[in-house]
Amino acid sequence: MPPPLLEARHLRKVFSSGGEPFGAGSETVATEDFSISISAESPSFTTVAGESGSGKTTIARLLLGLMAPTSGQVLFRGSDVQGMRPTERRAYRREVQAIFQDPFEVYNPFYKVDHILTTPIRKFGLARSKGEMGEMVAKALEAVGLRPDETLGRYPHQLSGGQRQRITVARALLLQPKLIIADEPVSMVDASLRATILETLHRLYREFAISFIYITHDLTTAYQVTDNIVILYRGAVVEAGDVERVIDKPMHPYTQELVEAIPTPVPGRGWLAENEEVEMGGAGGGGVESRGCAYAPRCAHAADRCRAQTPPLYRTDAGGAAACYLYGENAVVGAREFAALLVTDGRGEC
Amino acid sequence: MGGPATDMRQKLLEIRGLEVEFQTRRGIARAVNCIDLTLYAGERFGLVGESGSGKTTMILALLRMIREPGRISGGQVLLDGVDLLKLSDEEMRKTRLAGLAMVPQGAMNSLNPVMRVGDQIRLSMSEHGQRRPAEAGRIEELLQMVGLRPQVAELYPHELSGGMKQRACIAIAISLRPRLILADEPTSALDVVVQRHIMQTLRSLGESMDATVLLVGHDMGLMAQFTQRMGIMYGGKLVEVGTVEEIFSSPKHPYTQLLIASIPSFKSRGEFKGIPGVALSLLNPPTGCLFHPRCPQALDECASVDPSLKELDGHHTACLLYGREGTHAATPA
Ligand SMILES: Nc1ncnc2c1ncn2[C@@H]1O[C@H](COP(=O)(O)OP(=O)(O)OP(=O)(O)O)[C@@H](O)[C@H]1O
Ligand code: SF4
Ligand SMILES: [Mg+2]
Repeated sequence: MPPPLLEARHLRKVFSSGGEPFGAGSETVATEDFSISISAESPSFTTVAGESGSGKTTIARLLLGLMAPTSGQVLFRGSDVQGMRPTERRAYRREVQAIFQDPFEVYNPFYKVDHILTTPIRKFGLARSKGEMGEMVAKALEAVGLRPDETLGRYPHQLSGGQRQRITVARALLLQPKLIIADEPVSMVDASLRATILETLHRLYREFAISFIYITHDLTTAYQVTDNIVILYRGAVVEAGDVERVIDKPMHPYTQELVEAIPTPVPGRGWLAENEEVEMGGAGGGGVESRGCAYAPRCAHAADRCRAQTPPLYRTDAGGAAACYLYGENAVVGAREFAALLVTDGRGEC
Repeated sequence: MGGPATDMRQKLLEIRGLEVEFQTRRGIARAVNCIDLTLYAGERFGLVGESGSGKTTMILALLRMIREPGRISGGQVLLDGVDLLKLSDEEMRKTRLAGLAMVPQGAMNSLNPVMRVGDQIRLSMSEHGQRRPAEAGRIEELLQMVGLRPQVAELYPHELSGGMKQRACIAIAISLRPRLILADEPTSALDVVVQRHIMQTLRSLGESMDATVLLVGHDMGLMAQFTQRMGIMYGGKLVEVGTVEEIFSSPKHPYTQLLIASIPSFKSRGEFKGIPGVALSLLNPPTGCLFHPRCPQALDECASVDPSLKELDGHHTACLLYGREGTHAATPA
């Protein structure tokens, strides 16, 4: 079997903030022991979900090689992305593409859409002639549902948010990537645009066999588009598995609390009335507690053991994994088995 | 005016013919276009609509915080009968926080990182016209009102979690007991558990102070659970106003119908219902109904007649499917 397209092994990232105005410097563990594997052969659509500060964007940046992990490795086709040979690096830069939350910010407002789209073609020398370049651009625009004649020649501010986000997708497509890492691609737009953009991503997955890592805080859209889901809490994976199983039958107490707290778009469900007690909040930022389960202070099931030692990922009855001692009788899930959990068995269609 | 239920209630804010324009290199964009809306004391109102439809701009206009190249080009904003657009800059500064206060989008990042939470609350109170220093215990009381321990006053923002920072921002917003709290996507970065706690806090604060909460956002689930009435915007106009039940179960305006239909659920995987067509250009808006180029129910006259917000059994819709009357026949929402 060839090595996976992209693999993360035990990624850990610690940020230390300079002490100056606050006395002693503090350390924040943004990512703790994160592993994932994206097959080079069968495409997959995986969500990494967590609230802001849970380490999602750090994971995206590590996977894209935009920052180095404190420990652990990111491997592209078997080679560590920190210290790759130039030819490998070129392939990595091409095959793994990114889409970010706010496409408005990325582009220079004085360049037309055409420039945004032709730059990667020139940079990677993908076209032999101007004509070929034009054809490639037109094809990529059509693939994301934009009409070239209505789109080319315009400046970014002359396009809607959804159009701009789709231009970003078209730009990523030009490089014929194998994997697109999309960090909160729809969090800034309204419900109908969300549907339009996610449909585009889903179609590319189905028709062009491109894998996706969809990074979001929104479980509802995750349910809509993905096969697998990884739930993060304060930098660490708390639960992972098939999206239907995780959402329909959450195992980790945090996931249970999350799923139960999602406001449903049906008025009169008493969402505000439930769970009236208010958290008074202790000190402490978004990082992982140094010892014990990070969720223990909020958890109704917390026992001494939970506070003493961080739980590993255990198999759950539902065929997923949860980092919780409630499943402590079950087998521990190692990095390799964890990766296998998230492999799509050609289910693609839903 | 808003049907029998709301007739009994006291009007707090009356927005009449509000317009905001942006001067751009390629012409004038009318981002808020002749908005009429009444908010009642103590109600929770939700404002939704397409990205770029003018929601944030409208809120900033209520606060008179529109910056160049934008300007409020017309209308009235009556808070308890006083037109905010006619106040001097100094009077308006005192009205912010005491009359109406904003919890901005990404409020958590608006705290000063090198100032203790208690000092920040004290400072913003004095900046907005509180002459004497806050009485002893007021800061602690405010923190408790938003569900924080009094000791949080001594902490720096980096020592707080995201939800705690958001609560601190709410404490600032309510410090001078505003009549109207404007919240622009106040919880979009937080997980749903923390979000629910914060929204519970906002609701009980609103109830205990009899303040109105105007919530802006894209999270339709949150809107359904938090608000009592809603307004829908498209292209700078208010196209529908109704109770939250009416908006979700029997939306009238075709845009609202499509927006509601696009909401994902845990019942359907791999189903996407976006609204086809291109968002309108404010620089070159269509004639007639702004939605007509994308409207599946458009009539011939929709391309030429601009529908005004019209009342139907206490529910307001700007759509020609529900009859066409002169602009003046319509009652403001
Ligand atoms: N400084 C500015 N100059 C020119 N146009 C502007 C400016 N600020 C806002 N606009 C335009 O005004 C319109 C309304 O924008 P606004 O931010 O109010 O929308 P919104 O409804 O809050 O959108 P979102 O849901 O994306 O937050 C948009 O077309 C926007 O491009
Ligand atoms: S006025 Fe006409 S075009 Fe506009 S929403 Fe109603 S039916 Fe559609
Ligand atoms: Mg906005």
